Amino acid sequence: MHFDVAALYKAIPALFWGATVTLRVTVLSIVIGLLIGIVAGLARVWPNTFLRTVASAYIELVRGTPLLVQIFLVYFGLPALGLNLDPFVAGIIAMGVNSGAYVGEIVRGGIESIAQGQMEAALSLGMTWWQAMYYVILPQAFVRILPPLGNEFIALLKDSSLVSTIAIAELTRTGQIIITRTFKSFEIWSGVALFYFVMTYAISRVVKYSEKRLRYSE
Amino acid sequence: MSEWIIQVQNLHKYFGKHHVLKDINLNVAFGEVVAIIGASGSGKSTLLRCLNGLEPIQAGEIIVDGVAVNGKTTDLNRLRQSIGMIFQSFNLFPHMTVLENIVLAPQKVKKIPRKEAEAIALNLLGKVGLRDKAYSYPSQLSGGQKQRVAIARSLAMNPKVMMFDEPTSALDPETVNDVLDVMKELAREGMTMIVVTHEMGFAREVSNRVIYLDDGKIVEEGTPEEIFYHPKNPRTRSFLSKVINV
Repeated sequence: MHFDVAALYKAIPALFWGATVTLRVTVLSIVIGLLIGIVAGLARVWPNTFLRTVASAYIELVRGTPLLVQIFLVYFGLPALGLNLDPFVAGIIAMGVNSGAYVGEIVRGGIESIAQGQMEAALSLGMTWWQAMYYVILPQAFVRILPPLGNEFIALLKDSSLVSTIAIAELTRTGQIIITRTFKSFEIWSGVALFYFVMTYAISRVVKYSEKRLRYSE
Repeated sequence: MSEWIIQVQNLHKYFGKHHVLKDINLNVAFGEVVAIIGASGSGKSTLLRCLNGLEPIQAGEIIVDGVAVNGKTTDLNRLRQSIGMIFQSFNLFPHMTVLENIVLAPQKVKKIPRKEAEAIALNLLGKVGLRDKAYSYPSQLSGGQKQRVAIARSLAMNPKVMMFDEPTSALDPETVNDVLDVMKELAREGMTMIVVTHEMGFAREVSNRVIYLDDGKIVEEGTPEEIFYHPKNPRTRSFLSKVINV
């Protein structure tokens, strides 16, 4: 077997640049996903039936269709409605909306894992549903939400390779481009994989660390 | 101002098709201590939960402190400030210290300044004998201590009536008395109390009135003397003979 280390070495600056694009896409998608997901998750446990139904429909629709199709729908589909989006913007919107559904389920699960008695005790003290959520339920739920949220971030980072299909020069796309020039498939894909791994491992460490810091004895 | 803090009229409660409370009529006067006794599943806890609006009711009327609990325009959050509720499972907030547990509602609901709320909290902790636990977390307390903190937390809202839902049922036997002592002290001070309990000794000793609930109905009510020594209804008699070892 021949592994052309020099070819990989030469590709590192370009791959590194690709990785920063991947990070940007991922971080922005996470932010959008978190915002949507927190709202969707709260709506799912809200006393109001209408909001619950809307949130459920959104979550079912998004989880029931492939992310790749969602990306195509936003990038190639929306222009039919007169909405021409830059690939980067289309990419983070599709990924953010997609992630929001999963985050929503994570948030709902976390909230529902907190014993019903906590809400009842807070309400009995005269707190509003919101106050009870904010001061009593969410701080406890957050500790339980963190690990699955970390998994979601990692999944999202890896799934961001799908936006390579709409010509965003992120890590995967950069790898492809280099290979069309150098034909060093094995070396470059190994390098791409390594870059992904370093980033996912970093996320997983950060999540582990915050988990430890936030843990209180229950 | 009526003399009644709580008025219940023709209350019916269903869980689905299951008729849990059947035509309950009950008035509680200010300063009264009412014990509600009965077998598990007789509807005692459900009745209590209806009184502060934790359970919706299907028919009848509940008026607490002059306000209809199930009225469409009722500000339930406001009404609940005057109804203290103690749960079997304490429901302390595990992510907060004892002191934070107590000051949370006064601070956020009543907008009492932190310093003042803390002074009130420490004072109440002293009253339940747990001043030294102010900075402990609930997980570091015994069951009896947790329940006493829960009582202090409720009292911090300065309620007009305190409701206890089997407050000692989840406790180790050796800590039951600490909680009962706090409750006795409250009763002595004139607090209006409704206590769902299996502690017949407490009901007999502390309450002014005992209500026996069976299968969702008030079967018999009267003074502790009447209920425990001269029960009229055969079902009351049969229940008491099972729970009191004379």
